[in-house]
Amino acid sequence: MSTATGPAERRGPAGALLQFVHRRRRGAELYLLVLSLAVGIGAYAAVGLGAQGRVPADIYSYGGWLALLIVAAHVVVRWKAAYADPILLPIVAALNGLGLAMIHRIDLGMKVRNPDYSALAPSQLIWMTLGVGLFITVLVLLRDHRRLQAFTYTSGFAALLLLVMPLVPGIGRNIRGARIWIHLGPLSFQPGEVAKVLLVIAFAGYLVLYRDALALAGRRFLFVDLPRGRDLGPILVMWLISLGILVFQNDLGSSLLFFGMFLVMLYVATERPGWLIVGGAMFMIGAYLGYLVIGHVQTRVDAWLHPFPVTTGTYQIVQGMFGMAWGGLTGRGLGLGSPQSTPIASSDFILPALGEELGLTGVLAIILLYGLLVERALRTALICRDNFGKLVATGLGVVFALQVFVVIGGVTKLIPLTGLTTPFLSQGGSSLVANWVIIALLLRISDQARRPPPEFVDTGSDLDSTQVVMMR
Amino acid sequence: MNRPIRNLAVACMVLFLALMANATFLQFFEADSLNSLSKHDENTRVKEAAFSEPRGQIIVDGKAVARSKKSDDRFKYQRVYPFGAEYAQLAGYFSRTRLGGLEASQNKVLTGDAPGLFVNRVLDLLGNQPPQGGNVVLTINAKAQKAAYDGLKALGNNTQGAVVAIEPSTGRILAMVSSPTFDPNRLATHDVTKSDSIYKRLLDDKLNPLNNRAIEERLPPGSTFKLITASAALSSGKYTPNSLVPGGSVLNLPQTSHDLTNENHSSCGGGQITLTRALEVSCNVAFGTVGLRLGADALRTQAEKFGFNAHSYFHDLDDPLTSQVQSQFPSNVDAPQTALSAIGQASVTATPLQMAMVAAGIANNGRVMLPYLVNEIRSADLDVIKPIAPKVFNPEAISPSVARQLTDMMVSVVDNGTASSARIPGVKVAGKTGTAQSLPNRPPYAWFVSFAPSVNAKVAVAVLVQDAGVDRNAISGNGLAAPIAKAVMEAVLNQ
Repeated sequence: MSTATGPAERRGPAGALLQFVHRRRRGAELYLLVLSLAVGIGAYAAVGLGAQGRVPADIYSYGGWLALLIVAAHVVVRWKAAYADPILLPIVAALNGLGLAMIHRIDLGMKVRNPDYSALAPSQLIWMTLGVGLFITVLVLLRDHRRLQAFTYTSGFAALLLLVMPLVPGIGRNIRGARIWIHLGPLSFQPGEVAKVLLVIAFAGYLVLYRDALALAGRRFLFVDLPRGRDLGPILVMWLISLGILVFQNDLGSSLLFFGMFLVMLYVATERPGWLIVGGAMFMIGAYLGYLVIGHVQTRVDAWLHPFPVTTGTYQIVQGMFGMAWGGLTGRGLGLGSPQSTPIASSDFILPALGEELGLTGVLAIILLYGLLVERALRTALICRDNFGKLVATGLGVVFALQVFVVIGGVTKLIPLTGLTTPFLSQGGSSLVANWVIIALLLRISDQARRPPPEFVDTGSDLDSTQVVMMR
Repeated sequence: MNRPIRNLAVACMVLFLALMANATFLQFFEADSLNSLSKHDENTRVKEAAFSEPRGQIIVDGKAVARSKKSDDRFKYQRVYPFGAEYAQLAGYFSRTRLGGLEASQNKVLTGDAPGLFVNRVLDLLGNQPPQGGNVVLTINAKAQKAAYDGLKALGNNTQGAVVAIEPSTGRILAMVSSPTFDPNRLATHDVTKSDSIYKRLLDDKLNPLNNRAIEERLPPGSTFKLITASAALSSGKYTPNSLVPGGSVLNLPQTSHDLTNENHSSCGGGQITLTRALEVSCNVAFGTVGLRLGADALRTQAEKFGFNAHSYFHDLDDPLTSQVQSQFPSNVDAPQTALSAIGQASVTATPLQMAMVAAGIANNGRVMLPYLVNEIRSADLDVIKPIAPKVFNPEAISPSVARQLTDMMVSVVDNGTASSARIPGVKVAGKTGTAQSLPNRPPYAWFVSFAPSVNAKVAVAVLVQDAGVDRNAISGNGLAAPIAKAVMEAVLNQ
């Protein structure tokens, strides 16, 4: 029997090469976090040097505050989720720091053009603080992600409620053709971002319960096994309603995201690739119909196919392209390019702004960071021992992957532009906070997954007595 | 559930690879095209960056006609044009919001971004120096340019016209002036509102001072086109310089009731005159007849050998604000129009550059060279990075023997004919005048093409005076255009 009391090492019999060693890896995380802080604070200093010729005066307080937030997060992870994945937090910290530095740089550029411009970086820092705060709260309060299964239907309804809120007159606002914002006093908030997380939890909870029924029972229809109406019905209704709301709100990027997320989770839960094929076909038809009917979609597709000659509709994407081309391989240098020439560079076009000043090198690095993020989430899903955790981690990971693909693809003219935000980089409070919560969830699930299985403590050889199981 | 998750992981990897490939395409492969001002002059980043860096010089005969001077304001450098209006259409202009001329078409060299200057940029980077621009050396002959500019200016500031001089053996452009012109220094001011209002005023000016008439204006070449008709005639084998052609005062045009008459409604000297004599006095009747006998197709083929109807053979001034025009010989031509085309009227149009190419081709034994303006590209330290080699446009537009015969005919036009104002003592000058009719209520266009010396020519010139504000009766190729050509040729020959 095992006598080990130490946390990490489990020595099996000699020659047991296949034994998985459960390490906490918090030291590795700390090391990577130092690098991430160096990126975040270094970028801020470089922006000041490049744009104004001197390191910003508040570098110490800014750096101190960032370090405080990150260290607080790290301490809480050590305390509450000791076995969690060590790479997620550093990636997110680096991206967030980089985003802050670039938003600050764009602020500087815009201020030169227009002295009345109000800076966006300070509010982004506040939102980051809130995000880290929520991150800590989730990690502390939620000790087992399986508790969320109980909230399946609640999350679903809450999500729908949040999606409908911007349509309510009075608090909903129509910005740039999309009705996805609500204004509570001075604060503006995108409920769709929170709804995204809630829907993943809702779908996962439902699918875990009904996955066998969905996969096995059902009728055959044209070579495809369709599940029974009573199994698929509720979830289909939930999905259609959310899609309908999105289409009415003209937020087509999000509806694409939700559609993909639903399909993927269904595929993973039932292990039937048929869902993807059918879903893919539905998407193509829907997209084509959307192109024919909705003017907004037509403008976006036209701008994607024919950006030149420049018109008001194509101006933004063209400026983004010019910016990235101007960056070339190594970029112009932080503070030395002209990213503020692209309209709404702080949020929609933050990536071309980074591309302009950090070059192709920087862009590839950022894409790789996102890729790593998705990989860690999917890896967590693979090693997670319970189906609910698997589904939630997959759902969150794929949502990230889809969102990053749609956003970066849109601003680099791979696909038409949508209104989605770039996670952790874009200026935007709701998105940032929601994404920090997603990371907290992922860390919670990965902690559970990487934790060594509960040890059995042998108190005696009495086979009938109650066995004491020691959990760490 | 692990298998689908693994499949998804692969799918996500494919998505991210697509993103990286696309980013590479945009920032590496397409970057040059997007950063090029000639393709995208709306790219403000490139323009503003160019404005704050030490820009390379545009050099003619060792002197800068465009250079950057240090300035005290936030843009650090001020673009200066020491010769002002003389090189306006060539060097162009460089203001905060727009570029024209060579400033635009050679922008990559001048900012130091051109591939050939990469090593220099790296050295600058390592040596902690701001990136220097490369220098552009032109083919222009400074004295010839000055002669051309002064010549047009003497006719009046509002004169509409152009002069192009080419070195026949290489195609180098020795002079290119367009009038009316403007002072690029005024456009280069750092004050954007002022620069914009000056530009707007130039745009609105009915006389189009921003136009480079040498390449952007095409008009009927009139009697100068007879050189092409004569080339076709001599090349066909049906004519020699001594062949007899009708020299009366009237030619009945077939299929119409109109008649073709000579310039001053007089006879060319008799019932039958030699082809040479017809060229000397610029006989419309004679050449109309010749044109009818040769046929429109023969005329067109000959014209195309010299560059008519060609898409574009001159690229050094390509920028979005310049619209070069094509010299044209029309396709569907009936008989009366053939006769008119043979004397350079009807729908035949030519740019001054094209007519200079015709003269240069004849001067160069029938071999037409491609005209070019940029002679060399040099680094900031004036090391030659890229010399430009002459290229051939048409190796034999006319055979060397036809070229010799035509040259002799052109010499006698100067010595015995209408081009007396082009005579240079001690030099055999070959020339041809032209007075092209436009509309009844507009004055005719005065043309003159020539080259000198007649053997081993050093310079071929075409001069167009579109409107000099003089009386209709005082307009003639010989009176207005030839003296300018003479001054340009002398400037080149006396060096």
